[in-house]
Amino acid sequence: MSQEFFPNTSPGTRGLVYREPLIFERSVPGRSGASLPSAGVPETDPADEIPAELLRGPIEHFPSNSENEVVRHYVRLSQTNHSIDTGFYPLGSCTMKYNPKVNEWAARLPGFANAHPYLPPEQLQGVLELMWNLQNLLSEIGGFAATSLQPAAGAHGELAGLMIIRAYHLDRHGTPRKKVLIPDSAHGTNPASAALLGYQAVELPSNEKGMLEPEVVARAMDEDVAALMVTNPNTLGIFETHIKEIAEIVHAKGGLVYGDGANMNAILGVARPGDLGIDVMHYNLHKTFSTPHGGGGPGAGPVSVAAALEPYLPRPVVVKEGDAFRLDFDRPKSIGKLRTFWGNFGMMVRAYTYILELGREGLRRTAELAVLNAQYLRKLLEADWHVAYENPSLHEVIFTDRNLKETGVTTMDVAKALIDHGFHPPTVYFPLVVSGALMIEPTETESKETLEAFAAAMKAIYERAKTDPEGLKRAPEKPVVERLDEARAARKPVLRWTPDFEIPF
Amino acid sequence: MAQTVPQDLKYTKDHEWVRREGDELVIGITFFAQEQLGDVVYVELPEVGAEVQAGQPFGVVESTKAVSELFAPASGKVVARNDELVDAPEKVNQDPYGVAWMIRIAPSNLAELDALLDAAAYQKYVEEQQ
Ligand SMILES: Cc1ncc(COP(=O)(O)O)c(C=O)c1O
Repeated sequence: MSQEFFPNTSPGTRGLVYREPLIFERSVPGRSGASLPSAGVPETDPADEIPAELLRGPIEHFPSNSENEVVRHYVRLSQTNHSIDTGFYPLGSCTMKYNPKVNEWAARLPGFANAHPYLPPEQLQGVLELMWNLQNLLSEIGGFAATSLQPAAGAHGELAGLMIIRAYHLDRHGTPRKKVLIPDSAHGTNPASAALLGYQAVELPSNEKGMLEPEVVARAMDEDVAALMVTNPNTLGIFETHIKEIAEIVHAKGGLVYGDGANMNAILGVARPGDLGIDVMHYNLHKTFSTPHGGGGPGAGPVSVAAALEPYLPRPVVVKEGDAFRLDFDRPKSIGKLRTFWGNFGMMVRAYTYILELGREGLRRTAELAVLNAQYLRKLLEADWHVAYENPSLHEVIFTDRNLKETGVTTMDVAKALIDHGFHPPTVYFPLVVSGALMIEPTETESKETLEAFAAAMKAIYERAKTDPEGLKRAPEKPVVERLDEARAARKPVLRWTPDFEIPF
Repeated sequence: MAQTVPQDLKYTKDHEWVRREGDELVIGITFFAQEQLGDVVYVELPEVGAEVQAGQPFGVVESTKAVSELFAPASGKVVARNDELVDAPEKVNQDPYGVAWMIRIAPSNLAELDALLDAAAYQKYVEEQQ
């Protein structure tokens, strides 16, 4: 591989990596990582006790490995991976900020980590107090009356929010109404959540500035519309400046406004969606509030509501009576329970820690720096890369592959090439309204040096595209596994290992 | 790359084509559509006998980049669908106007075709998109 294209600020390089077979291939029949003491009671054969049709036979090729084999296997695999703890991760719309380790300390405090959800409330006071405080903090941050911490992800929060809207319409008007309006720049989970509840998702076009126009909403708005779902700033990184007017149009026809709060990092402590006319909103704790994202841990998608919707929140909610806290199940209008126990509590501890650590000023500073970092990257890159929308963006910015058209190099090639430079690729080909989108969200936690190193890598890729497009199309070449045939993986997936399976590369 | 826009077809703004064959209509997606999608990895089509509505989704096509809905250029009843695309979705990239036709319908209102783009208008529309 030619080194001339790699600025010395690119962190990507080679370390020692191990050849690692699948855990099945490492298996030795009969080997085990555990040695159990004798049970102290006579052993019986399950076949004597349980009807044959209920007995499970042996599982063929179930891996048998010792403890250190298992540990080494997974540690080795993890070492070939990229994570927020190893490098910059500018995955647009995902807010891949660094997750402070103090969150982990708090979540491991024995009083939280060992609390069993079925303990009686008297013995769960600390846990319930934390939940109560977090509910209130999230309500305050978003400008809402009440919050439920139950939903387990952003999409789950959307579902909860739309169920609340549905319950509200049924209760008030005797009908759930039929349609949900969603701008064309929205995340795919928005129409999916609407469809899951039996609503027809109606797509609204955004204008050439990437914004939703009040007239477009007014034209689509009628008394069959249950809600409008908006993301602000939207997934183009652009602040929807007409949101108050739009909310009034929706409210005038009896509809409600759902706010997708996935992009709260851009306006934290600066603007409150509740003040802008949003009736329901979910947060992504795994984005804005620094809890682990993706494979790093379960998500959490609390949902906040205006006062009129409070009776419909999932149950139970945490209430405070005098100095004591308890779980209130007696909520006849509630949409019900959405999650085992009370939600992903470990994530609540981490988000609460984060909010307390930063405080009011710190949260505001978070949004300001997230926007500043994105602006800085935009300035560094816009000489070479075509910006999808000229008007100002906030916490993320979308470039396209338009300037590389005659080289044949595409957004996918650029994304792959960034891997060789030691950076996680941005979000690509999303939102769908932008052709060849490269959506970059640096977050506030990255230093000026990191942003500049990323910009240098992007510049090197741009120049290589002009002089050596074929070389670029081979990227990535540095990882253990080089460029994969994604189309083949999707068309002919191999979902189950068998001993005679030969890896085709 | 040269854009191929066959003269004898009608087109939608969502990049489907429709060809009249006797009393029936054959429907697929355009060269431009498959080029924008990239490698197609999955195609979902309606059952034979299903009704499709002009302008409404009738199926789904998925590529390594995105999932997109297919919109019916005209209303009618599905009389055949191209099951080969299920096992070989790459045909959509290889021959979008030929072997990768998607459904064949018995139209309920042929006048709907008048609202579609002809080859010249579609060619112009595609150029504007780029
Ligand atoms: C704008 C937007 N809405 C909703 C979601 C869904 O959130 P989650 O992935 O937590 O379900 C995302 C996730 O990427 C998003 O970016």
